[in-house]
Amino acid sequence: MMELYLDLHSQPCRSVFLFAKAVGIPFEFKLVDLAAGHQYSEEFEKISLMRKVPVMKDGSFVLTESVAILKYLVQKHSSSVADHWYPADLQQRSRVNEYLSWQHMNLRAHGSKVFLLRALYSVIMGCEVPKEKMDSAVEDLNLSLKMLEEKFLQNKPFIIGDKISLADLVAIVEIMQPVGTGLDVFESRPKLTAWRERVKKALGEKLFDEGHEEIMTVGSLPQKLQNNSELEMLKQKYQKFFR
Amino acid sequence: MSVNGRSEKLHSGATMALELYLDFFSQPCRSVFIFAKKNNIPFELKHVSLMDGEQYGEEFGKISVIKKVPALRDGDFCLTESIAILLYLAEKFKTPDFWYPADLQQRARVNEYLSWQHLAIRLHAAKMFWLLIMIPKVMGVDVPQDKMDAALEDLNGSLKLLEEKFIQDRPFIAGDHITLADLVAIVEVMQPVGSGLDVFEGRPKLTAWRDRVQAAIGKDLFDDAHQTVLGAQENVKLMDGSKLAFFKPKILKFFM
Repeated sequence: MMELYLDLHSQPCRSVFLFAKAVGIPFEFKLVDLAAGHQYSEEFEKISLMRKVPVMKDGSFVLTESVAILKYLVQKHSSSVADHWYPADLQQRSRVNEYLSWQHMNLRAHGSKVFLLRALYSVIMGCEVPKEKMDSAVEDLNLSLKMLEEKFLQNKPFIIGDKISLADLVAIVEIMQPVGTGLDVFESRPKLTAWRERVKKALGEKLFDEGHEEIMTVGSLPQKLQNNSELEMLKQKYQKFFR
Repeated sequence: MSVNGRSEKLHSGATMALELYLDFFSQPCRSVFIFAKKNNIPFELKHVSLMDGEQYGEEFGKISVIKKVPALRDGDFCLTESIAILLYLAEKFKTPDFWYPADLQQRARVNEYLSWQHLAIRLHAAKMFWLLIMIPKVMGVDVPQDKMDAALEDLNGSLKLLEEKFIQDRPFIAGDHITLADLVAIVEVMQPVGSGLDVFEGRPKLTAWRDRVQAAIGKDLFDDAHQTVLGAQENVKLMDGSKLAFFKPKILKFFM
């Protein structure tokens, strides 16, 4: 059976998890506990030199990068995965590709940064986040959300039009990252909120909530880290992000 | 409609030629240009001069809401993001299979690289161009050594992964043949080279891979696409720093 190496604190892990579950692709969930530093273990290095999650292992074929994994699953299970996830129509497919490409350095990067600053900065750096740093990160996130609404969604129900696709899935999991830290980006964004509800419905509300349980309780993460014997090692790795 | 009057008509015949909005300082523009030319895809080159701030113009904003190059216009269909553009061209013009193989695992390897590179080599290679060329010119100061060292460390990390994970002992990233992955990789690696940092020195494996990629693309086409960035040190030196002042906010935000 296909193995998925995941930690649901991670956005790209959530998109892969939710997709496989939503379309009924069976897999074995292999937990890689990021807060415990398992991604740096010798055991995991044998799976992936990149030391990141998610990783897919299908027989002897190992694949990293959530966007690549999602496209692999669509292609492999093309007979059972509905077309709208990654449409065969050239222009519609291009819209999905455009979003999946843009998001890395935009919504993903900025959502992650806000998450790291709010959830991890103080325990890793031993002091509060400088206001300027936090404000700048939130400003970037706001710009990305604006672009999502004004360029990618516009007045459509979903990014490509009437139906959900990989683009909406990858978008929603990134937005939920800062939301998990208590920054409600949906408040005062009715359009985005309406889209979120449509995405939840298309995935299945129960499944969506299941996928987001960890990140929505991420408030307990700093405590977990403080008690972690690997804290010093994790500090060294994470300090790089805050440079 | 041309952005600045300097558009080249590279083919005649069809009424609505595909338009590619490009600037050769930009790595993703080079990959799109090389791919289109290599596959004899007819297009009209629309030059968007980044150094003159044309990406912020109102007209271009209608093509590319994100105000970035490259951008494609095919009839009334506009598309941004080089990866999306490359995949669109490959599909529409039915380019040879090896560029983006139909084989499940091979295609996955290409997708894996195309995804990874955004926040790795693309980010780190692009940064070197800003630190070595743009910031000294626009801000009139050299970048502090510790920032240079950190950026260099990041770039070296990405190049190491490119060699050890993506190329390994294969001729190309996905195997025996060049793919979109190698094309997207090479244009990024050339950015620090154009900035005066010879990343190939001391990296025989990377150099050998570069030679294979160049040969597969064709030296003339490769050189044509890279002329601008390889002349960057000279050309940017000659530019009027005050005219580049519109880059200051971006520089202050991202690099300082």
